[in-house]
Amino acid sequence: MPENTEKFGGLWVIIEQRHGKVVKVSLELLGEARALADTARSNVTAFLIGEDVAAIAEELIWQGADRVIIAEHTICRYYRTEVYTDIICAQAKKDKPEIILFGATCMGRDLAPRVSARLKTGCMSDCTKLAIDSGHLVATKPFFGRDLMTDIVCPVKRPQIATIRPGVIELTDPNRSRKGETLSYDIRLREDDIKVKVAGILNERSNNLPLEQAEKVVAGGMGVGSKEGFEMLKELAGLLGAELGATNLPVDEGWVSEEFKIGQTGKTIRPKLYIGCGVSGAIQHSAGMIGSEFIVAINKDPNADIFKLADYGILGDVNEVIPAIIKELRRQKGLA
Amino acid sequence: MDIIVCIKQVPDSYDISWDKSTGSLSRQSTGAILNPIDKNTLEAALTLREERGGFITAISMGPDQAEEVLREALGMGIDKAILLSDKVFAGADTLATSYALSCAIKKINRFDMVICGKESYDGVTGHVGPQLAEFLDLPQLTNSTEIAVKKNKVLVKQKIEDGYRLLEASFPVLITVGKNINQPRIPSMEDIMDAYREKMIDIWRGEDLNSNTEGFGLNGSPTKSQSVYVKKLEKGSAEILKGEPDVTAKRLVEILKEKGLL
Ligand SMILES: Cc1cc2nc3c(=O)[nH]c(=O)nc-3n(C[C@H](O)[C@H](O)[C@H](O)COP(=O)(O)OP(=O)(O)OC[C@H]3O[C@@H](n4cnc5c(N)ncnc54)[C@H](O)[C@@H]3O)c2cc1C
Ligand SMILES: Nc1ncnc2c1ncn2[C@@H]1O[C@H](COP(=O)(O)O)[C@@H](O)[C@H]1O
Repeated sequence: MPENTEKFGGLWVIIEQRHGKVVKVSLELLGEARALADTARSNVTAFLIGEDVAAIAEELIWQGADRVIIAEHTICRYYRTEVYTDIICAQAKKDKPEIILFGATCMGRDLAPRVSARLKTGCMSDCTKLAIDSGHLVATKPFFGRDLMTDIVCPVKRPQIATIRPGVIELTDPNRSRKGETLSYDIRLREDDIKVKVAGILNERSNNLPLEQAEKVVAGGMGVGSKEGFEMLKELAGLLGAELGATNLPVDEGWVSEEFKIGQTGKTIRPKLYIGCGVSGAIQHSAGMIGSEFIVAINKDPNADIFKLADYGILGDVNEVIPAIIKELRRQKGLA
Repeated sequence: MDIIVCIKQVPDSYDISWDKSTGSLSRQSTGAILNPIDKNTLEAALTLREERGGFITAISMGPDQAEEVLREALGMGIDKAILLSDKVFAGADTLATSYALSCAIKKINRFDMVICGKESYDGVTGHVGPQLAEFLDLPQLTNSTEIAVKKNKVLVKQKIEDGYRLLEASFPVLITVGKNINQPRIPSMEDIMDAYREKMIDIWRGEDLNSNTEGFGLNGSPTKSQSVYVKKLEKGSAEILKGEPDVTAKRLVEILKEKGLL
């Protein structure tokens, strides 16, 4: 693979905002980029695209950006691949950043690979950890198969592009005395030239808190055994003020829907309390919950891997243990 | 409507093992299957052909044994199968894979739509759809849960974090689909047998793709896996309670209370 010979420098974070509010993973990434830039003596640029978003710039500086590039235009009202790719790549060809980071959200997963193909460079996706080693970005992600992780690098091409999962990096506190510069990007695109139109948006407002933000999660695995078993978990979750989660097998079985899936191909959570019921603790699941503060495991197999991750375990049958916990919680709450 | 479907053969998960003593990945007993989402990819194309007529070509890049997934696709009812198989394609990351696929699609030349899966079971990158769209200069409609064709426009319902978006584009387009878009048909034994007996698979080599081969395979891959290792996700010393459920349950509730988690 022929090398890029020009000089590249600086870390970029592509900011995602919805309705003028920065998505949490973008803030997580700014903190991470700041830390990487401080060790590598580099600088951080936040790339902000949207309609009427300039007011957000200050928050991005507080979170670690040295510079914010603001690309504002009605054409950017909704995220569209073509528009964002054009803007990012035009500026990247000029500025030559070393590293471009995206959140592994629906937007980031759609955009990062397209940007990488236009810039003819590599993309490392869905990472759970970043580091810089001998001048290269090392991106760690869970690898197909049990208990395996892999470190991916993009040794000769620049910029190095990566998407990072929401929730894997701890959010740093904003530093309100930080200063930085802003500059605006001049958008020349015309609506008539854009091939994709957003014909409608259907927001689904669910009453439940998104799993990623829940303080407590009760997760069920195959050991829960059935759809009815999950009804029992819902009752437990209700009593604890927790949200429901699952491994991928109950999702495949149709006992619960996809949005409850935790793990490599599901969500990453870091609640204060995680209770895994009939969950074996396979790496693809644990990759999404290891950040939980207090982990409780209920399993009938003393050798189940989840006991190695747990702070507290109960060896037993979920069909007996969970009703007993429900009974005890109801008793304490004065419910019959 | 002419549709090109990209499908991938992936290892069957549970046969992969990591040999701690030699520090290598053992794939000896690996079975190989059609990437599960690519069944939905094929089904989406077949449904569109039923509604509007047309011709479906499936392409797979992989070793000779990837022919099996193309046979499965023929069994499901697609019209033509192409296997990109050559040493020069070996060791490809997603960029080199998309590049080779784009060269093959340019060679086919006539198409209205390219469909890919949202992600593969082994790579789980979801790169190939968007990267292929870039190489072919096509609009990309990713993560689709519904596809509708109205006159000369295509509409998709795209799943995003807090709901869906309705996206509209003109042909040609590249669409990626998720698992919940449809229920893939299961080909009959007879159709599969026919696919093995009567149907042809075109095999294209690197030199068939009218392109310089520098972008293919390991040579055209900017990313490398530097190491694979066992990650011990262990906290260590959990207190594990055995005994009567009533007793263990009570103890758990006490602990949660002490920790301020109730
Ligand atoms: C590429 C790839 C990506 C993946 N992504 C994900 C992902 O994002 N999320 C995910 O969760 N998985 C994912 N998986 C699957 C993962 O590898 C495991 O197969 C899955 O997490 C196991 O789910 P489980 O623990 O519910 O089931 P099992 O592994 O079947 O474990 C069930 C457990 O329940 C216990 N049990 C059974 N009956 C009872 C009972 N009555 N009482 C108490 N305990 C009982 C058993 O002892 C066992 O430990 C992925 C796999 C691959 C290959
Ligand atoms: N080697 C390949 N041959 C054909 N199609 C592929 C190949 N690799 C990936 N794809 C397509 O790209 C989709 C996403 O794969 P990935 O980008 O690897 O997650 C798959 O569902 C296929 O449609």
